[in-house]
Amino acid sequence: MADQKASTSIEAVESGLAAQGYIASRQIATAVYLSQQIEKPILVEGPAGVGKTELAKAIAAWRGMKMIRLQCYEGLDEAKALYEWKYAKQLLYTQILKDKLGEVLGGAQTLHAALDQLHDFGDVFFSKEFVEPRPLLQALEQPGGCVLLIDEIDKSDAEFESLLLEILSDFQVTIPELGTVSAITPPTVILTSNSERDLGDALKRRCLHLHIGFPEQRLEERIVESRVPGISQTLRRQMVGFIHEIRSLDLKKLPSVSETIDWARVLVLLQASELDTEIVKDTLNVLLKYETDIEAAAPQVTTFIAKAARSNVFG
Amino acid sequence: MRENLHRFFRAARGVGVHVSPAESIDAMRAVAQVGISDRAVLRDALLLTLAKSQDEKLALGDCFDLFFSQPEPRQDQPEAGEDDAPQDSGQPPSSGAPSDAGEGQPPEGLGPLAQMLLSQDRNTIAAAIASASGAASLSDIRYSTQRGIFSSRILDAMGLQRLRDDLDGLTATNPSLAERLRAALDALREAVRDTVSQGLALYAREEAENLRNEILRNAPLARIERRQVAEMRALIRQIAHRLRERYSKPRKRQRRGHLDVRRTLRRNAAWGGVPFLTAWKRKHRDRPKIVALCDVSGSVAQVSDFFLLLIHSLHEVVDDVRSFAFSSHLIEVSRILESKSPEEAMSEIMSKVGFGSSDYGSSLLDFEKEFMSTLTPHTTVIVLGDARSNNLDPRADILRRISDRSKRLVWLNPEGRLAWGFGDSEMPRYATFCTVVRQCATAHQLERAVSDIVATYQ
Repeated sequence: MADQKASTSIEAVESGLAAQGYIASRQIATAVYLSQQIEKPILVEGPAGVGKTELAKAIAAWRGMKMIRLQCYEGLDEAKALYEWKYAKQLLYTQILKDKLGEVLGGAQTLHAALDQLHDFGDVFFSKEFVEPRPLLQALEQPGGCVLLIDEIDKSDAEFESLLLEILSDFQVTIPELGTVSAITPPTVILTSNSERDLGDALKRRCLHLHIGFPEQRLEERIVESRVPGISQTLRRQMVGFIHEIRSLDLKKLPSVSETIDWARVLVLLQASELDTEIVKDTLNVLLKYETDIEAAAPQVTTFIAKAARSNVFG
Repeated sequence: MRENLHRFFRAARGVGVHVSPAESIDAMRAVAQVGISDRAVLRDALLLTLAKSQDEKLALGDCFDLFFSQPEPRQDQPEAGEDDAPQDSGQPPSSGAPSDAGEGQPPEGLGPLAQMLLSQDRNTIAAAIASASGAASLSDIRYSTQRGIFSSRILDAMGLQRLRDDLDGLTATNPSLAERLRAALDALREAVRDTVSQGLALYAREEAENLRNEILRNAPLARIERRQVAEMRALIRQIAHRLRERYSKPRKRQRRGHLDVRRTLRRNAAWGGVPFLTAWKRKHRDRPKIVALCDVSGSVAQVSDFFLLLIHSLHEVVDDVRSFAFSSHLIEVSRILESKSPEEAMSEIMSKVGFGSSDYGSSLLDFEKEFMSTLTPHTTVIVLGDARSNNLDPRADILRRISDRSKRLVWLNPEGRLAWGFGDSEMPRYATFCTVVRQCATAHQLERAVSDIVATYQ
């Protein structure tokens, strides 16, 4: 029985994401389903532009939740990711309240008595009032749950990873002065990485590891269909076939799904009805982002178009 | 099924996927969620929870396919045995039989195994093999030489003894049935042998790999056999990877973080302490700078080879490395090591300076004349060599000047401490000017040495 439920639920995830314009493969859908069931974050790896960030957006839109995004970069620390004390506000308040403090402490006879009285007010300056919540803390404080996207985690420092561990495994953070803040509703956490550096094992262990590669031809056609509805079926087949040929080349940066979609939009704008050498050469710069890559691909264009057209007949 | 999953985790460890208890719990939970009826989904779920990189996914996927291609002990699934080659091979010899098998049930009085074989129920047989391999703890198999004993253990567990008795009895009473039974028994043996081979492929890899690496790590680098060099290189790469993981933390720390109260107050003194400008705590760390001098004469060459390989594969951690190689004179080899593959680089270095008789004095002189300016107070100088200078002038005074100019001078000697100072070894004279002298003959010691050097910069 449980099995039946599981496979229908995975299909439900698939169609739910599809309704938001995200065509997920079976693996992606399984990962999303599992992450909800066993409350684990998903670590998504893969080349740039295959829709890692899109996945988080699609999940948020599908489940009608708020998306909180934390973009990682070198030097990101807890003050920017988690919370920060409003130092300036604290200091400013002490200045403003100086007189008031004088009044309060005025009654004290000795230094010790004054200190005792001051202790009662000390915590005032380390209360929630003075905490500036950053994305991670915000995500925990959402009453209705949210999708927390920690984007490009590989760009951050190794120390930051350790900071994430508590959040990822227990959905809580510890602020020394305030205590432990637990999530009201555990957020759905998506981490993305371009594998610029190897992530620590501790972090990987806490996540479901999902690798999104370049999609198969069929799947990519469906993606283009959902993203660029105006494109004709023949052109779609041809262009996706062409891109698959391009990906077999040894290039610096292979065109990924986002480039496919951009190119489809360009072709629609140019009102192309089918691929020909002329139009491909003119628009090759949409697909390939390096001069050397364009030079390497240009001589092959005609062959690739022919190949794509041929596979089209059989497909 | 839980038993099966546990065996699968062990097999996964065999292919190099680290499966910790926590991960196996997660995998169990995931499997409980998705169920086991859909193999593709089960595969996805296990890959998601266990594998932690693309390589691991591929390895684990293959492992999954191999593992679940063996007969599963579950009868409710008729297609379980379908991709089971050994069982199919058991079919042909008796394929003529089913037509006349209908004439009657196998005679009464036969053992359960004989009845099972005669009834030609592939699933039951497959299940019996699987449970017998469980009883014989097939997952403990470690070496290929154990195949025979595990096969016979499994057959015994299935009741081979009883079958033999039955065969003896049948040969007298019913020769044709005995013939069929004998053919079926041969097929069964084959199936069991295949199961054991598969078990060996699944479970033995981990242990064998560990053992081999352990031996390799502690083998003297200088005496490694030619066929092991490639494996050694792989091991050195692993070490480099590990060191990189450990030390590649970014060295830039002077960013925002904690408020430096003292400096903030001082800076804002002009406004009566109202903090318009904030100052943040900083931490300063040196960037590792390494200058490596490697003896490449005869016996030391191979150690230097691995050492240079290790140092240069650490470029993420150590961004400033200059390497020099010498035997009778000294040249810089940084560029060769960076631009070429290890094999090409080493052969080029060897053709330029290798195989000479070592002369430490003139090599140090070469270094002092041309490259002394590369040393700064932040540099760690590593000398790798046996300090055997063929009774030529050791020029220890140059080493003293090198030591004075640099942060540390580390001498790695592939020879054991006992040999230092004997024969033409100048080690004791050089040792006076070294910050550290240590023996470095195996991959294990090499790792320790490099790790310590890099750690001083953290």
